[in-house]
Amino acid sequence: MRRRIIDWLDHRTGVETAVRSFLYEEIPSSSGWHQVFGSIAVFLFLLQAFTGILLAFNYAPTPGDAHNSVRYIMTELTGGRLIRGLHHWGASMMVVVVVLHMTQVFLWGAYRKPREATWMVGILLLLITLAYGLTGYLLPWDNRAYWGTVVTTQIAAKAPLAGPYISRLIGGNGSVGVVTFTRFYALHVMLLPPLTLLLIGLHIFLVRKHGVTPSFQESGPTKKFFPEQVFKDTVAIFAAFALLVVLAAIAQAPLGQLADPTDTRYVPRPEWYFLFLFQTLKLFEGPLEMVGAVVLPGLALLGLLLVPFIDRGQLRRVRRRTTAIGIVLLGALGWGGLTAAAILTTPANIEIAEDLSGPQSWQQLSPEELAGIGYYRKENCSSCHLVGKTGRAVGPDLANTAIRKDAAWMILHFKRPQAMIPGSAMPPIQLSDSQLNSLAAFLLKLTPRNAEALQSAPAFAVEGALVYQQYRCGACHQVNGVGMKLGPKLNALSRRRTKEWVVQHFLEPQKMSPGTVMPPYRFSPRDMDRITQYLMFLPPEEP
Amino acid sequence: MEDHPKPEAMDRRRFYIAAIYGLWSLIGAALALPASIYLFLPPSARQKEEWVDLGEIAQFPVGVPEEKVFRHNRKDGWRMISEKATAWVTRMTDQEVVAFAPQCTHLGCAYHWDEQKQNFLCPCHASTFGLDGRVLTGPAPRPLDRYEVRIEKNKLRLGSIILSNSLSHSPQNGARPGAEAGCSSGVSRDGTALCGPESTQETG
Repeated sequence: MRRRIIDWLDHRTGVETAVRSFLYEEIPSSSGWHQVFGSIAVFLFLLQAFTGILLAFNYAPTPGDAHNSVRYIMTELTGGRLIRGLHHWGASMMVVVVVLHMTQVFLWGAYRKPREATWMVGILLLLITLAYGLTGYLLPWDNRAYWGTVVTTQIAAKAPLAGPYISRLIGGNGSVGVVTFTRFYALHVMLLPPLTLLLIGLHIFLVRKHGVTPSFQESGPTKKFFPEQVFKDTVAIFAAFALLVVLAAIAQAPLGQLADPTDTRYVPRPEWYFLFLFQTLKLFEGPLEMVGAVVLPGLALLGLLLVPFIDRGQLRRVRRRTTAIGIVLLGALGWGGLTAAAILTTPANIEIAEDLSGPQSWQQLSPEELAGIGYYRKENCSSCHLVGKTGRAVGPDLANTAIRKDAAWMILHFKRPQAMIPGSAMPPIQLSDSQLNSLAAFLLKLTPRNAEALQSAPAFAVEGALVYQQYRCGACHQVNGVGMKLGPKLNALSRRRTKEWVVQHFLEPQKMSPGTVMPPYRFSPRDMDRITQYLMFLPPEEP
Repeated sequence: MEDHPKPEAMDRRRFYIAAIYGLWSLIGAALALPASIYLFLPPSARQKEEWVDLGEIAQFPVGVPEEKVFRHNRKDGWRMISEKATAWVTRMTDQEVVAFAPQCTHLGCAYHWDEQKQNFLCPCHASTFGLDGRVLTGPAPRPLDRYEVRIEKNKLRLGSIILSNSLSHSPQNGARPGAEAGCSSGVSRDGTALCGPESTQETG
């Protein structure tokens, strides 16, 4: 029955014949473990596509949401951390395997006539692998991604003649923003994958057309690709996969703080496999910068492409190919030296990784700043101002650093907008001084990093903070390191007290905490509810 | 080689093929399992249940459903959003209130209260529901879904929506409404889930 189905299918599609001719391809008897890298590379590409699609199911490709959605994948979706780990470490492993594959082909001299085109397509595949790394690096939209891409795009923009065009193509108008982000994403998921498939197909077709390169003066009997070589490829693929799973399980893929263009302390570094280029650039200064940025990499690439035309001598045993071995060793030494130098000269980054189990950003605001969100909403500031991406863009984007002024300036501006910015269409804000202080405190805290606080701060917390401010709780208590220390710190209150206890404590402090100096508070029921709910949400204090 | 295989060559060939199938099965399983968990398991909830205050229960006349629009915060994937929501609130007796989710249980259309016929009518496929949420006519497969309800000091508070087919106190056809998670009073004799003033303790 099974045979009949297969015959029926083969008669109509030829699929079995095709698979058979692929598996029973004659290969030289010398083929073996040294030829497994190409298969591993194809497997890793398919694995990257698989995990990439899974990530895309929960990834939001906009700078406003990207970081949050990656955090969501890693912290709230079961298996999300592993899937992202596989994708992150898989990218690095793919670079390693592709380079190993290329090195093997180079050492064996397998690029010689008539296999020049196979080699050149392979070089293109190496470049595509690096392009995946470059474009994918930006997508988590953390500081590491942002600053790494800023440096890369600046290098690209300096290319002679093509620089401005490259810059325009990747949307870098002197800065990295939504346009660059979207274009990198489009390149990463729309353009590169089909291109890779096309080139892998062409590469394998050419390998099959010319056959696997036999070893030096080999004339012995050939063997079939299946099952011996397939077995070796499978074992190697399995080993690589197992290593990757272990890596993804024990080493968490990095996710730093949300990209912050105003963070002047951040030391940008590209991904490890680009560090040698980064270091090369340091060796050339001033007008010579071009040499390190474009000329040398360009020459190296040209040299790689032309290898089959440069080396046209007699084929020898691998051990006798001393020049090739020397070049590989020299290349490895140069790459290793430059990478090591780049690592050693990198100052330790002040940035700590995003605390994935930590509080949401609105929870990190002080009560005054959180109350500022309340006034911001009350005064309907978003009807004219953008913060990150919410609101209307009539006035300036308040998350933008250009608007950054000190509190005194802001308060004067709130009171008499036209006096500070002649021609401003903003109406004066009718709030008390302390309320304006609160609003200014919040706006001063705004960066693209925490602009999301405005979006995500729930009403109960904002209203709770308003009550907290109104009754000047900060005159005795501390929240998130702000306030006096007469009374106990209120962070992580929910770990110590129940909501009912807190309510009772507000009503009868002496009864609940004998000897306390805290006066009783008769809040309205609504205020009582809001402030207790807010207090119960306070996160543990940050170290 | 294929024509006259030696026994040891045949053994080796069998071993190769078994290993190929075995290892690829392992790889397939190691990918399919986390991928399925990742796609099908719901995200771990990190948000505390939010209860929305709808005001004094005295504002709701007994026996007359009232459409209440309120604002609540909801976690939508990686975002916390503040959105408008609706509930059909009916005060059954002095201290007993039910609040229905505003969508028909057939295909999710918004229904309304038909004053003349004294029932809830869905304009899409003409399902009708009684004051207690039971299906009277039409294709709706189950009673109206309800909000968790609490009454604290005469104030009505709504929690999240509980699907009527997930309620534990169902009669034999499993279609009648039962007790909300927030209610300690359970179900009254006629199958309506009621929430009294004694149900003020927090349940979760």
